[in-house]
Formats: sequence, structure tokens, C-alpha cells
Amino acid sequence: MNAAVTARDSEAAETHEQRALGFWLYLMGDAVIFALLFATYVIMVNNTDGGPGGKQLFDLRNAALETALLLVSSTTFGFASLCSKTGNRGAVLFWLLVTFVLGAGFVFLELREFAGMIKAGAGPDRSGFLSAFFTLVGTHGLHVSMGLTWILIMCGQVMMKGLSVAVTSRLFRLGLFWHFLDIAWVGIFSIVYLPGLL
Amino acid sequence: MFGRLTLDALPLYSAIAAGGAAVTIGGALVVAIAITWLGAWRYLWTDWLTSVDHKRIGIMYIVLALIMLLRGFVDAIMMRAQQAMALNAGGYLPPEHFDQIFSSHGTIMIFFMAMPFMTGLINIIVPLQIGTRDVAFPFLNSLSLWLTAAGAGLVMVSLVIGKFSTAGWTGYPPYSGVEANPGVGVDYWIWAILISGFGSTFSGINFVVTILKRRAPGMTLMRMTPFTWTALCASVLMAFAFPALTVACGLLALDRTFGMHFFTNAHGGNMMNYPNLFWIWGHPEVYILILPAFGVFSEVVATFSRKRLFGYESLVYATAAIAILSFTVWLHHFFTMGSSANVNAFFGITTMVIAVPTGVKVFNWLLTMYRGRIDFHPSMMWTIGFMITFVIGGMTGVLLAIPPADFLMHNTTFLVAHFHNMIIPGVLFGYLSGYMYWFPKAFGFELNRGWGLASFWCWLIGFYLAFMPLYILGFKGMPRRMEQYNDPSWQPYLMVAAFGAFVVLIGIACMVMQLYVSIRDRRKTADVSGDPFDGRTLEWATSSPPPAYNFAILPEVRDREAFLDMKERGVAYRRPAAYEDIHLPKNSMVGVAMGAFAFALGFAMIWHIWWLVAACGLAMWVAMIARSSDDDSEFKVTAAEVKLIEDARYRALATRTGSRK
Repeated sequence: MNAAVTARDSEAAETHEQRALGFWLYLMGDAVIFALLFATYVIMVNNTDGGPGGKQLFDLRNAALETALLLVSSTTFGFASLCSKTGNRGAVLFWLLVTFVLGAGFVFLELREFAGMIKAGAGPDRSGFLSAFFTLVGTHGLHVSMGLTWILIMCGQVMMKGLSVAVTSRLFRLGLFWHFLDIAWVGIFSIVYLPGLL
Repeated sequence: MFGRLTLDALPLYSAIAAGGAAVTIGGALVVAIAITWLGAWRYLWTDWLTSVDHKRIGIMYIVLALIMLLRGFVDAIMMRAQQAMALNAGGYLPPEHFDQIFSSHGTIMIFFMAMPFMTGLINIIVPLQIGTRDVAFPFLNSLSLWLTAAGAGLVMVSLVIGKFSTAGWTGYPPYSGVEANPGVGVDYWIWAILISGFGSTFSGINFVVTILKRRAPGMTLMRMTPFTWTALCASVLMAFAFPALTVACGLLALDRTFGMHFFTNAHGGNMMNYPNLFWIWGHPEVYILILPAFGVFSEVVATFSRKRLFGYESLVYATAAIAILSFTVWLHHFFTMGSSANVNAFFGITTMVIAVPTGVKVFNWLLTMYRGRIDFHPSMMWTIGFMITFVIGGMTGVLLAIPPADFLMHNTTFLVAHFHNMIIPGVLFGYLSGYMYWFPKAFGFELNRGWGLASFWCWLIGFYLAFMPLYILGFKGMPRRMEQYNDPSWQPYLMVAAFGAFVVLIGIACMVMQLYVSIRDRRKTADVSGDPFDGRTLEWATSSPPPAYNFAILPEVRDREAFLDMKERGVAYRRPAAYEDIHLPKNSMVGVAMGAFAFALGFAMIWHIWWLVAACGLAMWVAMIARSSDDDSEFKVTAAEVKLIEDARYRALATRTGSRK
């Protein structure tokens, strides 16, 4: 009986190891998507078609605030991961919700920035530069929004199923995803916003 | 309510287009009636469509591939017929229709014939060759299949509702942009390949993890079969190259649907970016298709020469080298775009370099055959036919790799002849070889040899007749994709090419006959041993077809040719002392449902039916969440049930050895 139980456990561990590797591969594919969107942005950054460029449109304070929210949310997610190791359900939930609020704040700021630009006649259909800008930054924003839904789903699972092996392994992959979005954002901040304003 | 979809979308603009629509609808109806008449809907649903068993998924992939091969071939023979008669006249196809046909021919043959054929072979065979019970992510596997089928469905639907793209299978802007091409054709193309592209990305991830993490005990990387190696390299390429296709087509869709300016002529678009993005996927794609075929040839040549594969290590390193180099040659698809001479020279040289590891492999196969006792099974014939023909295609490729020569040949039928010369022997012959080699493993009886050989000879001769004239026409300056022409010296060559296509048609008819005859005689050719060809690798160690769990006890591997080694040590058919419970993944209808939603989503995007887009997107989201929260996705085959199945197999084995030996 005991031997059978440990065999099942090691099978479960193998399954989660495979899922982690699969998720890493997915993230690398996603990184290819971002890399090509970055490359497209860089070659189109001057194609403003006589319209506004980064200097007129970008607001460094907004971008810095977005950066702060997202980076802090990565830290709070780290706390959630740590708490899941000690099996503290309440703390995991708390930190997940804090992460959610910070991430939602990020998405709100981004949407406000987009809406302001579109209102000023600088929407994605204005020029090649703006198409590339909205697509690159918007793809990242879409990823963050999907991450937010995922956080909510995981909150539900932590409440209903507890910190089972399956749930913690999903939390682990959500963590990979969330930290990956941080890295992509650091790229956006330093390739889109900073050069645009300097 | 229905976006831009109106009754005008029906293909009543030409009798031939209406006929194509009628054949499509008729074919679907005949299949539906036949299934109803056989009362097989429930069986089909529970045993096949919702199955997550890699063997069944593989078979469904290959069924899809063969159906799409027929569709793609009809396009081909229509084009050959048109060009044979279109001297100084319109032939029988209006230009608009001819353009749809060459676009759908390429799209179908690459995305919906070759890709599913390859994925199907990998699905059926790789888990058996590495001695595992299933792939790493069985549900994701089913999802990949149904996303591919959804894309194929969109291409088929374009025959009936609306038109297909006229922009060729590569869809270059600005011609594929919304200004030059305002209809739905290009959108059909975009959404068909976007949706199926996601399926391919997932397949790639799935098989990398499966091969790296689920090999039987003792199977080190350098003990993997050559087919598994090529499948691993192709899967890595799929996981990393297909995202580039997603970006290229996604940006084109943003241009077309939301008025953005990535590739437009005006407003700061950069249309030259598109070929770069497209071929960053497109060139690795060539090797995604061709590497697994090389793997098949390596298996077949060793089995039917009764020899160990010559230079296994060099073949493995050559495969890995090709996989890496395949990301460094994409610009050779558009030398004429206007890059500087140095850039063109760089890509010309890398292109020539990639021919070297490919050449290494040809010597591997040749020297395996040298002094072997060769059995001219149809699979072996496809291999020999490939080796001779492929070398010609490789040499014309090295010729095209020289930028100044490419400037002369670019966009001529020389190029068309070159890539068909790579892909028909290098890809299709490989898959057909694998199909005839592994058919008994998948179904438990062998394919008829005579009809297989007849099919091979028709394909081979038909290929030479159809494409050698195109090389000459290319030298004479004939551009590709011409609906009509006025140079009478071209016509004789085009007539020979059309005749070649007709010979290939006979080859396809022979394949259909082979299937019919083999099914009719299935009792006589039943494969009781599970090892009809004295095989060398693990897939032959289990029964044909294998049980759901593949191996009752996971095999222990001690040699590169694991099963041959087991036979030589006398442990191949040894009965284990006891069996254990086996856990297998449960069937799931979520994969089929996601495929159906993806199809509807693509259709709604094409026709701008926004409420349906939102509804399908939401439905897919909910289905994914439901599936991802499901912790109970396995069922148990008890040791007693395993024993029952295995006992039956040993009884069958005993009768066979009793009667034959």
C-alpha cells in the first residue's frame, strides 16, 4: 500500500516537472513573439507619417508609475509563492489579492494612456509608428489582463481546493508567467518609453 | 447581424467554382449519411473524436492529411490543365479563380497536408519508440488536432461561402492588404493558418517535453531512434518558429481588420518587414517538414537493408546542425528585395552551408544500403526514389543560393520546380514511406505491396514529367503563377507537365486501390506478431495495433536498436511475472469543443460578425478554465484487465509460432 502511494506521488511529481518544462517552452515561444514585436517597433519608430511621435505622446511619470506597480506586484507574488511553501492559505490569498490590485492598477493606467492618445487623434490607425506602439504595448497589456484572470481563478482554487499538489504547481506556473511579464515590461520601458522621451 | 456575409457570398460567379462548392457539400453529405447508415456516430464520438490517445490522434491527423492531399492535388491538376491550354487564350479558368487555386494549393499542401501528416506520424510512432504510455500533455494533443482541423475547415468552407485568397500561399503585402484585396479571401487565409498555427506550436511543445522527459529507462539521448531525434529537432523548431508566423499573420490581420499600418503603402507602413517575419517562420518550416521525413528514411533504410544505420552519430549531429542553421537562411527567399550585396552574400553562404549536413545524411543512407540485404518493400522504394530525386533538387537549391543567379531565376517556374523537387521527394515520399511502413503497427494488417509499388512508380515518373519541364521553362524566363501566356515555345513543356500531373493522378488512384485491396485482404495479411518486418526499434515490441497503454511493462533499453537487442538477448517476448495498475488519461470533449469554437471564431472574424467573435472567445475562455480546474483527468486500467489483454496477445503469438515455425 505504502509503496503504491509513493509511486503515485513520484508520478505526480514527474507530471508537474513535465508541465513546468512545457510552460518554460511556451514562455520562450511567447518571448519570440515579443522579440519580433520589439524589432518591428524599432524599425517603425520613425514612421510617424507627419503625426505625433514618442516625444509628444509619452508621459514619463505615467510610465514610471506603471513600472513601479508591476515590479512591486512581482514582489508581492513572490510573497504568495513563499507562503504557499509553508502552507499558509490565508496569506497566499492575501498576497494574491494584493498582486491582483497592483496588476489591475497597471492595466488601468495603460488603458487611460491609450484612451488619451486615441482621443488626441493618435490611435493605432494614425501611422506605422503608432500601429507598432499600440500592438507591442497592447500585447503586453493583454498578457497582464490574462494574468489577472488567472490570479482570480487561482484564488478560487486556493479557497476551494486548498494548497494541493496540483494547485501549488499551477501557482508556480502562474508565477513564471507573472515574472516573465515583468521582464517584457522592462524591455518596453527601456526600448519604447525612455528613448522616446530622451 | 451577419457582418458582411450576404447571399452574394455563394460561388455562383462561375460554373467551375459552383461545381467545387457542390462537390465539397456533396462529399460532406455522403460522409454524414454513411456514418448515420452505419450507426457509427456514437462510436466515432466516444472512441475517436474525444480520444486523447496519441495513436488515435495520430490516425485522425493522417486521415485529415490524406483528405487535404486530394483537395490540394485537384488544385494542382486544374492549374496544369489551365496552363497547358492557355496559350493566347483564357483557358477554362478566369484569372480570379486561377489565382485562388494556386493560393489554396500551396496553403493546403503545406499547412493542411504536410503538417498534419508529419504530426500524425510523430504522434503514432514517437511514444512507442521511446517506450512510454502517452505524450506529456494528452489533452493539449487533442486540442492541437482540433485547432488544425478548424483551420482546414475554414479553407474548405471558403469554397462554398465567399472566396479564398488570391495572394499566393505567402500572402505578401501590399497586394494582400485591404486596399488591393478588400474581400474576404485573404482573411480566410489568415485565420486558417493562425488557428492551425497555434495547434502546431502546442504540438511542438508537447513533443519536446515528451521526448525529453518520458523515455523508457535506459534510453539515453544517444540511444534514441533517428526518427525520434528528427521529431525532437522538428518540435523545437515548431515551438520557436511558429510564433513568428503568428506575428506575421497577426499584424497583417490588424492592418486589414483595424486599419493599422504595418505593411501598408502609405502612412508609414513598411511592407518589406512582412517577408522577413514570414520567412523567419517559413524557412525553419521547410526543415520542420523535412527532418521527420529524414527520420523515416533512416528507419526504413536500416530495417529493409537488415543493417545497423551507418554513422548514427553523424546523422544526429547533422540533424541538430540543420535545425540551428535553419534560422539563419531566411533572407534567401527574397534576395531581390533590395538588401545590400553583403547581406545577400551572408545569406547565400549560410544557405550553401546548410546543404553540407544534408549531404552527410545522403551518405549515411547510401552506406547503410551498401552490402545490405535489401528488401524492396514500397517504403524502401520511396526512400531510393527520394535519394536520387532529392539530390537534383538540392543542387538546384545551391544554384539558387547564389544571389546573382537568383536574380535571374527569381519568381520563375525554375523556383517552382526547385521547391517541388525538395518537398515532393523530401517530404511527401518520406511520409508515404512512413505510412506504408507503420500502417501495420497502427491497424494490425499490412498494406498491399503491388499497389504500393505501382503508386510509387507513378508518383516518381509523374514527378519527373511534371517538374523537369518547369526547370527548362524557368531558364526560358516563364514567370510562375501565369493564368495565360503568349509564347508558343512554352506550350509543349506545359503539356508534358500536365501529362506528368495526370501520371501522378494514377499514382493517387493506386494508393486508393491499395487501401481498398488491403482492407479486403486484411485477414490474410494480419500482423499477429506486432513485428512484420523484423524491426529494430521499440515500436515493434508491442502488439499491432498496440493496446491503449502501449506497454504492459515499460521496456528496459540497453542498445540504440532496442528491440533488435532484446530479440538477440532472447528477452523480447518474455512474459512478466505480474502486472500493475496503469493510469491513463480520460477522454475529453473539450478539445473538439475548442476546435469548433475556434472555427466559428475564425469565421466570424473573416465576415466581421462581432457578436459571434465575442461569444466564441468567451466560450473558449470558459472551456479552458473548466478544463484547467479539473484534477481528475485519469482513469485506471487494473492489473487484472491488463493481464486479460496480455494473455490474449500471448495466445495469438503462440498460434503463430506454432503454425509458422
